[in-house]
Amino acid sequence: MRAVRVECRNIAISHGNTQVLKDVSLSIEPGEFFALLGPSGSGKSTLLRMIAGFNFAHAGQLLVDGRDLAGIPPWERNIGMVFQNYALWPHMTVERNVAFGLEERRLPRELIKTKVRAALDLVGLAAYAKRRPDQLSGGQQQRVALARTLAIEPRVLLLDEPLSNLDARLRVQMRKELKALQRRLGITTIFVTHDQEEALTTCDRIAVMDEGVIQQIGTPVQLYDQPVNRFVANFVGTVNLFEGEVHLADDAASCQFVSPQLGTLPFPGEAMVTSRGKAHLAIRPHSLVLADFSAKPAADQVSFDANVIETEFLGEFVRYRVASQNAEWIADQPHGIGARLFPVGSKVKLIFSVRDTRLLPR
Amino acid sequence: MIRTRDAGVVAHTIIALSIALFLLAFLVIPVGAVCYRAFSDEHGGLTLAYFGSFFSISLMQESFWNSLLVACASVLFASLIALPLAYFTVRFEFRGALLIRTLGVLPLIMPPFVGAVAMQLIFGRSGSINLILNDRFNFSIPFMEGLWGVIFVESLHYFPFILLNLSVALNNIDSAMEESAQNLGAHGIRLFRRIVFPLALPGYVAGASLVFIKVFDDLGTPLVLNVTNMLAPQAYLRITSVGLEDPIGYVISVIMVVFSLLALWLSSRVMKGKDYSTAQKGGSSPLRRRLPPGRTVLAYGWIVVVLLLVLSPHVGIMLLSLAKIWSFSLLPDGYTLDHYKTVFFDSPRMIGNTLLYCGIAATLDVVLGTTIAYLILRTRLRGRQILDFMATAALAIPGVVLAIGYLRIFKDVQLPFTDTPLTSMWIIIAIAYAIRRLPYALRSCVAALQQVSISLEEAAENLGATKGHTVQRIVVPLMAGGILAGFVTSFITAAVELSATIMLTTTQTDAPMSYGIYLYMQSIAGRGPGAALGVLAVIIVALGTYFSHRIISGRASLSGNPANVDR
Repeated sequence: MRAVRVECRNIAISHGNTQVLKDVSLSIEPGEFFALLGPSGSGKSTLLRMIAGFNFAHAGQLLVDGRDLAGIPPWERNIGMVFQNYALWPHMTVERNVAFGLEERRLPRELIKTKVRAALDLVGLAAYAKRRPDQLSGGQQQRVALARTLAIEPRVLLLDEPLSNLDARLRVQMRKELKALQRRLGITTIFVTHDQEEALTTCDRIAVMDEGVIQQIGTPVQLYDQPVNRFVANFVGTVNLFEGEVHLADDAASCQFVSPQLGTLPFPGEAMVTSRGKAHLAIRPHSLVLADFSAKPAADQVSFDANVIETEFLGEFVRYRVASQNAEWIADQPHGIGARLFPVGSKVKLIFSVRDTRLLPR
Repeated sequence: MIRTRDAGVVAHTIIALSIALFLLAFLVIPVGAVCYRAFSDEHGGLTLAYFGSFFSISLMQESFWNSLLVACASVLFASLIALPLAYFTVRFEFRGALLIRTLGVLPLIMPPFVGAVAMQLIFGRSGSINLILNDRFNFSIPFMEGLWGVIFVESLHYFPFILLNLSVALNNIDSAMEESAQNLGAHGIRLFRRIVFPLALPGYVAGASLVFIKVFDDLGTPLVLNVTNMLAPQAYLRITSVGLEDPIGYVISVIMVVFSLLALWLSSRVMKGKDYSTAQKGGSSPLRRRLPPGRTVLAYGWIVVVLLLVLSPHVGIMLLSLAKIWSFSLLPDGYTLDHYKTVFFDSPRMIGNTLLYCGIAATLDVVLGTTIAYLILRTRLRGRQILDFMATAALAIPGVVLAIGYLRIFKDVQLPFTDTPLTSMWIIIAIAYAIRRLPYALRSCVAALQQVSISLEEAAENLGATKGHTVQRIVVPLMAGGILAGFVTSFITAAVELSATIMLTTTQTDAPMSYGIYLYMQSIAGRGPGAALGVLAVIIVALGTYFSHRIISGRASLSGNPANVDR
């Protein structure tokens, strides 16, 4: 089957007086695995349900394969959706659940049989065809829901928080399977999640949403390394943020970031400064190095004297909360066998390179 | 530790045994005696001869089929009224929702035998509607002729059972169930037939079987409408006119019990393993669609029709209680408060009796209900399920049958220091009420106790409270709402009970209101005071319903659980 493009143009949706989606535009490439990532209430599910036809856009256009879907009811869209709680019908067996959409399409009985079989094989549940949904585990139910949706060979696959009802280990396994399946079928897929790790690990591109607005669209690496604003920086990964202002340095060839917490930080070269004036300085916890108090930073590095206030041992790394004179930081230090931990209360040197920071508009 | 546990077991056993004894004496043995009489000949041998003679009497055959027809037809018509109403409220954005909720309560506050008289004045051969039809269009509709009258009154009275159960069932269907079907290509009638209806079926069947049982067992409505060729009236007439030894009365009783059990069994079979709502509820509320304008008109039209029908007995009884004369006319010829005066001067005792009997019955019910609930849910006493089973079995015992059993068993039993038989004492009426309403009170108490998390009790014990203190200070206060709701439900439904009342009331001075209404309604002259008494009964029931509703909905919002919807 040919993969299709999904395009949203200036979509707006309101419930009563609250605007749930504001001028949302995005274009999803044919065959792409695309994530809508955001906290609850960000409008990501509303957007997904709009694509499925359960919500109506008050403004804007939804194009699938270049065709406007306005006025087409859900049952004529052929856009498959896997629901958060799977929505398996409890009065039907697994087989009947999977056959449902095919029966609605009035396919010949033999063909339905073959397709149901194929769909169940695809998710590895052929042996469970005669069971009822309540006789399956959560992971199996999830697969049935997926098989039921894939059986109709939808043009687009929508996944509404499909992994949120599974336990942690199963979630990791299922997201790998989902990704493999999507690659195999090559179907345009939109995945709604509030879990950044899920989105980063599975998807080709991600739209980060907050308060009904798309904050940034990009590949996982782009979002993590080049967040465009404070929200994205905070939501995708952990970050240390400091408020301040960007000034042109006296020599007019470089910039300075001036903040009450960090004092004045020199930024060699103008290239990395995206905006003048008010800004946030963002630095990831693993870009910070904790060293003995006596350590000397290199010439291009910045350092602060700090105290350790809290340690969290996470196995692969140790997360420290440290306080410099006017600021508090989170610093992640890799951990190897035998490595020494800084005890709480110890004095340390906090070192980083300005190259690893990013200035975000405020 | 072991000693206190043993002491607890002993105490629980004693309590359980006393309850079992009470249920044995006032439920199992009387009903058993009725069955025994139906199956045994003069020498005590097993015989089916009485069943043979039952079916050889043509009046009995006729009554049997009539009862079956009336019950089935009432279920059908009640479903036709309730189904669209339930679907409107749950599935569409709709301003009439409040109206429909009112519709769901209004009929229940008036006992059908009270409404029946008013219905005759409005829909009868010479009632208001037919007078108009005759006058304007020169034809009439026999709404109230014979069995149709019974069916009409019963379906109008009992459709709320289906409406309420079905609404809850529809409400509990996760919207994703419907949406996923739409997503896969289903819509309209097919969506309803393949997904919505199967998922709501258990709720519908629960309501429908309740309607069947209620109608099949109802004695008051056919009697008031003067339809005697049905089973319940026949049982009553046989026992009161032919005598307590006539086996046919007992055969009828057994048949009625069997059909009630059958209906309950059928509904529990359909419900078995199909409690879909709780298993699949995913948190999102049902999707409400906007009705297209054309259908909005249709929907409102249907609601208005039903509302008018539902209100007609209320309006009718009100008018009748205030009417000087109302006969062969559209509306009464004049108005007066005399009937109320008559009621207040003639029969203040009846009102007092109702309050007394129902008060005793309801108190007994909640005490038994709370205790049984605690025994089943919180102890591991062996055989505790038997108590639950016995108490619930009362659901299948028609009032007539219970009363016949009492008459048979207790006619020679005298309380110590008195020389009146137990059957002539008013306390037997109160006990009959208590037994008949116990299933509802028990459900209410069980539901209340289920909502009290066991960890709350453990916390109290952990802080040093004994079992007794825990029950007293934690369990009962937390159950209070449910207990109160159970009390009110028992009280108000007992207040309008007629089948057992008619048979167990022996003297005028012991008569409760329901009996009084029935007596008054027997004569044309008594209709006015009868209606006045009916209005008072409706007011009592309405107030009770209102308060129990407030209690239940207050609790529901507290715990997030839907209220119990039968009575």
